[in-house]
Amino acid sequence: MLDLSPADWTAVELSLRIALVATACALPFGITVGWVLARTNFWGKTLLDGLVFLPLVMPPVVTGYLLLISFGRKGPIGAFLYEHFGIVFSFRWTGAALACGVMGFPLMIRPIRLALEAIDRRLEDAAATLGANPIRVFVTVTLPLALPGVIAGVMLCFARALGEFGATITFVSNIPGETQTISAAIYTLTQVPGGDAAAGRLVLIAIALALAALIASEWLARRAAIRFHGE
Amino acid sequence: MSVLAVDVAKQLGALDLRVRFEAASGATALFGPSGAGKTSAVNMIAGLLTPDRGSIALDDEVLFDAAAGVNMPPHRRRIGYVFQEGRLFPHLSVRQNLDYGRRMSGLPRDPAQFEQIAALLDIGPLLDRRPRLLSGGERQRIAVGRALLMQPRLLLLDEPLASLDAGHKREILPYLVRLRDDAKIPIVYVSHTPQEVRRIATRVVRLDAGRVVASGGVELLKDADADLFA
Repeated sequence: MLDLSPADWTAVELSLRIALVATACALPFGITVGWVLARTNFWGKTLLDGLVFLPLVMPPVVTGYLLLISFGRKGPIGAFLYEHFGIVFSFRWTGAALACGVMGFPLMIRPIRLALEAIDRRLEDAAATLGANPIRVFVTVTLPLALPGVIAGVMLCFARALGEFGATITFVSNIPGETQTISAAIYTLTQVPGGDAAAGRLVLIAIALALAALIASEWLARRAAIRFHGE
Repeated sequence: MSVLAVDVAKQLGALDLRVRFEAASGATALFGPSGAGKTSAVNMIAGLLTPDRGSIALDDEVLFDAAAGVNMPPHRRRIGYVFQEGRLFPHLSVRQNLDYGRRMSGLPRDPAQFEQIAALLDIGPLLDRRPRLLSGGERQRIAVGRALLMQPRLLLLDEPLASLDAGHKREILPYLVRLRDDAKIPIVYVSHTPQEVRRIATRVVRLDAGRVVASGGVELLKDADADLFA
């Protein structure tokens, strides 16, 4: 039934790689920004809060276009990265990962921030009196206690990245083998006569991946809960 | 012999806290009604609350001095703190909780000391459990053990029995008395219960509305009883 062509497999593999890299790279930023939003107060915090959530409310095409003009080879950030580090985003799978990471970021931040806000700060005080410096307090107390939120954020970001379409196609186009993810491949197949069967197969794959991600997240969250509270 | 010298002031909402006392070996009780500023005072000693003015010194080391701009962060003070609610880490086992202070303070593993404190507090059978599954009395014993195992220079106990029922209070009190006699470090014991203070304290500092109103021996408690239970 699932008689996928090599091109289809490439799209599946690309989608997974892009979503994984996007999520992994977004995570350190997600934890940092989540912490800043949960724990600090400064002038301009509302602005940062808004900025972080912008990709969630803007049309994805707008986000993609903004990425194109800033991270493109001639864009200010893109040109800088290319000249100094040789990093290229435009029309590469890395650019797709960037677009997916940006789109998934707001979804990652929210549960992390909520989990950090819910932590009993008095436990962190206790850790400090026991000799833990602020970084070790964060690593040994704060982060483990926020783990369920971090897992939820990771899964939401991954799911969003897996399904991202608008920003990716605007920023890095739809190049088979480089930037053509499952979503883009389905879109392409629906534009050509006789592509329905192939599109259908990819749709099934997309559903299977989404379900697998959901189940994995449930399983991880339950394991984290058991670790915390005993069985 | 360790000596703690506290002379601090802080405005806490409506409470104008000005506390000055010393604590040497044995157990010094900070005794007084709720809201007198007892917990704030020990939080300042631990470094969790910053005084507006004054100084705190332990032996020859200045922990805090507003005038000189010294404020040692809590993790460098090496002061054991047993909180009213225990504050055990829910994500760690009892053994990991006990070991936490030693690990974070960079002290070498000392199985002999671990055994000794586990025996003193009778916590051997609980080591592999999670804090959530413990009774209130067990939790407080582990909180005491955790504070001792970091080899503190001073031990702060903030109403360690307040959240326990009468049975558990009776269960813990003998451990605390033993601790006072065995540990060679000064203990500051916060309480508003005269019976408790009488069992444990060797010196009493009475606080009321943010001021030290009396300090001396346990005989201070006689009047206090009358005041509190009038």
